[in-house]
Amino acid sequence: MGSEHGHDHEHDHGDWPYPHPKQPDLEDGPLTHHMAMTEAVAELLIDKGIFSADEFRRQLELMDSKSPAEGARMVARAWADPDFKAHMLEDVNAAAKEMDIDAGGIPIMAVENTPDVHNVIVCTLCSCYPRNLIGLPPDWYKSRAYRSRMVREPRAVLAEFGTVLPDDVEIRVHDSTADLRYLVIPRRPEGTEGMDEEALTALVTRDSLIGVTHLKTE
Amino acid sequence: MTARYSVGDKVRVRRADPPGHVRTPTFIRGHAGTVTKVVGSFANPEELAYGRPGTPKQTLYWVQFPQTELWPDYQGGLKDTSVVDVYESWLDSAEEGA
Repeated sequence: MGSEHGHDHEHDHGDWPYPHPKQPDLEDGPLTHHMAMTEAVAELLIDKGIFSADEFRRQLELMDSKSPAEGARMVARAWADPDFKAHMLEDVNAAAKEMDIDAGGIPIMAVENTPDVHNVIVCTLCSCYPRNLIGLPPDWYKSRAYRSRMVREPRAVLAEFGTVLPDDVEIRVHDSTADLRYLVIPRRPEGTEGMDEEALTALVTRDSLIGVTHLKTE
Repeated sequence: MTARYSVGDKVRVRRADPPGHVRTPTFIRGHAGTVTKVVGSFANPEELAYGRPGTPKQTLYWVQFPQTELWPDYQGGLKDTSVVDVYESWLDSAEEGA
């Protein structure tokens, strides 16, 4: 224990007058209608042999294993190789396959930031997100505040992420309401001319792929 | 199927408020924008949501709106825009004389 526990004194929690607040268990919240329905449907699909419990688990594991690393690799390749970038702007899913990345069956559109246009992604209706290339969305992406404010006052929201752009740059907000997902190709930071693809990949952050930030070299 | 609109066409989103699973957000209804991409045709998700086949397929467009068209009091660059995915059944022509 010690430093790992956040404080290094020996103590007995039993008579400590200020106990840690307990992290609530999942079951401490109410079981909502939709939670019950989700469980019921999953159980029925397994009972009826549509898929097995293990296949269900594997699919969840696969979804959880996705991370922004795949999207970052594609952006680094696009920076390094203009032909690949053209392919990516034409068809992200096919370009991903070229790199042995499975972008899934939903068409993903790449939108490229330029000196004149800064793209940013939102899903005002729910939380559509290019999960196959950048993993599960952060909680803020799903929040009502982000979803409503990003179309209403994008510059104020971007400023809260530390991103301030001059008024003559067009902020272009993409609302993915339908059958498409979006991925931003951020601008390649200055001073990275000599870097190879692997070094470039390490520069690309999740938030830059959503479009709420720029990339800087440090 | 043939797409009714082409890139560059001015369109207006229908001011409708149908019940059920709707994919056109309220903030663009009644507003005019420009088609910037004809994406392709998709089974209609507003039908698929109820277990129906989603036919006929719907053409999906990117429609770009100036922020100042959507929000008269918009604070920010005059060039700022929103681009929304909109199905053809939600669009009317907004060309002069249409």
